[in-house]
Amino acid sequence: MKHLLSPLDLSVEELDDLLNLADRIVADPKKYSHCCDGKKLATLFYEPSTRTRLSFEAAMLNLGGSVLGFASADSSSASKGESVSDTIRVISCYADICAMRHPKEGAPMVAASKSSIPVINAGDGGHQHPTQTLTDLLTIRSLRGELGNLTIGLCGDLKFGRTVHSLIHSLIRYENVKFVLISPKELRIPDYIREDVLDANDIEYVEVEQLEKVMPQLDILYMTRVQKERFFNESEYLRMKNFYVLNAQKMQLAKPDMFVLHPLPRVNEISVEVDDDPRAAYFRQAKYGVYVRMALIMTLLELEVK
Amino acid sequence: MLNVGQLNEGFVLDHIEAGKSMELYNYLGLAKLDCCVAIIKNARSNKMGKKDIIKIEGGLNLVDLDILGFIDHKITVNIIKGGKICDKKELALPNTITNVIKCKNPRCITSIEQGLDHVFILTDKENQIYRCLYCEEKNVK
Repeated sequence: MKHLLSPLDLSVEELDDLLNLADRIVADPKKYSHCCDGKKLATLFYEPSTRTRLSFEAAMLNLGGSVLGFASADSSSASKGESVSDTIRVISCYADICAMRHPKEGAPMVAASKSSIPVINAGDGGHQHPTQTLTDLLTIRSLRGELGNLTIGLCGDLKFGRTVHSLIHSLIRYENVKFVLISPKELRIPDYIREDVLDANDIEYVEVEQLEKVMPQLDILYMTRVQKERFFNESEYLRMKNFYVLNAQKMQLAKPDMFVLHPLPRVNEISVEVDDDPRAAYFRQAKYGVYVRMALIMTLLELEVK
Repeated sequence: MLNVGQLNEGFVLDHIEAGKSMELYNYLGLAKLDCCVAIIKNARSNKMGKKDIIKIEGGLNLVDLDILGFIDHKITVNIIKGGKICDKKELALPNTITNVIKCKNPRCITSIEQGLDHVFILTDKENQIYRCLYCEEKNVK
């Protein structure tokens, strides 16, 4: 039985298969609308989430399955002190597959080790968020036709942004991917990503502070939110949160076929005036998130539709 | 020069970095043994200048060589029979260590989950870097 705990749990071939299935679902969603009839997805969300939980639920409902679960630790047995290991053993009796979000890093791995159903990591603290990475990869591949041969700008909080770290890990497996890392120096990419991932694999990258200068080079601009919850100091957060604001004026500097992605939610790092630009792809990205989760549920449940 | 009695049957952990023997004593749980254990601190060494030595009476199964390898794989293990060195054991960095060190990341699941082993994996042999199995936090020695 397979679980999905990290984006790198899938080989490039497995990832291709998954994205190809997602493409087929996008092309003909009706064909897959009953493949999970009678199956149940448990959403075990120990901390609040809107889009990840709802996109998992939408994915399972689209496949004809049903959903059960909880949306915060307060409404689960965790508030009574139940361990993750015990919870998953019980949930394994109720559902066919589960998606877990937990504030503690490694919790889904503990769950997977005791589970008799596939476990999907729906985000564990600042550690991994593999289904966001799958969403990003499907979006990039759908918009550009391939995952290699691109220059991607990653902008904003590159220090704490787990989606950025996972995306780098995944994209270095493709040919000719160049990274432009755009952040204030306080929020630069951690050393272990720079040294152990980029340098160690001889990947081409530059680190800059100014977005405007590099805009014309980019094929993809991946914006991130400066997350308030990662800062201990309010004034530091206030100083950082307005560091980058993508607006129509900056979009004029970009290539006509460049795309803007964002894992959402955004606060003010992308001005609403950009939303109508055809290159703004972040709401399409949210939709791809449902399709890729449908493909993932089918893959982990080993379901096929002829 | 201090003289410690000769060991007839047992093993000697030699070339321990000076000052590290008590740390090793605690990691290996030597306090629990009821055999004879001698700790020699700051012994003179041609190779190291100063070194610590631990002598233990009994079989090598009394200690976990993986723990020893993790703490310092350059330590020499001499097996003594009839008062003489009959064998030397090479130590290596273990690929996994369980319940020897604890993950210090407060966001790690090991900080709250009952009965969960603290497991570290060797991820970079050259730089001797171990990472927590669950959160991948680096262990800083």
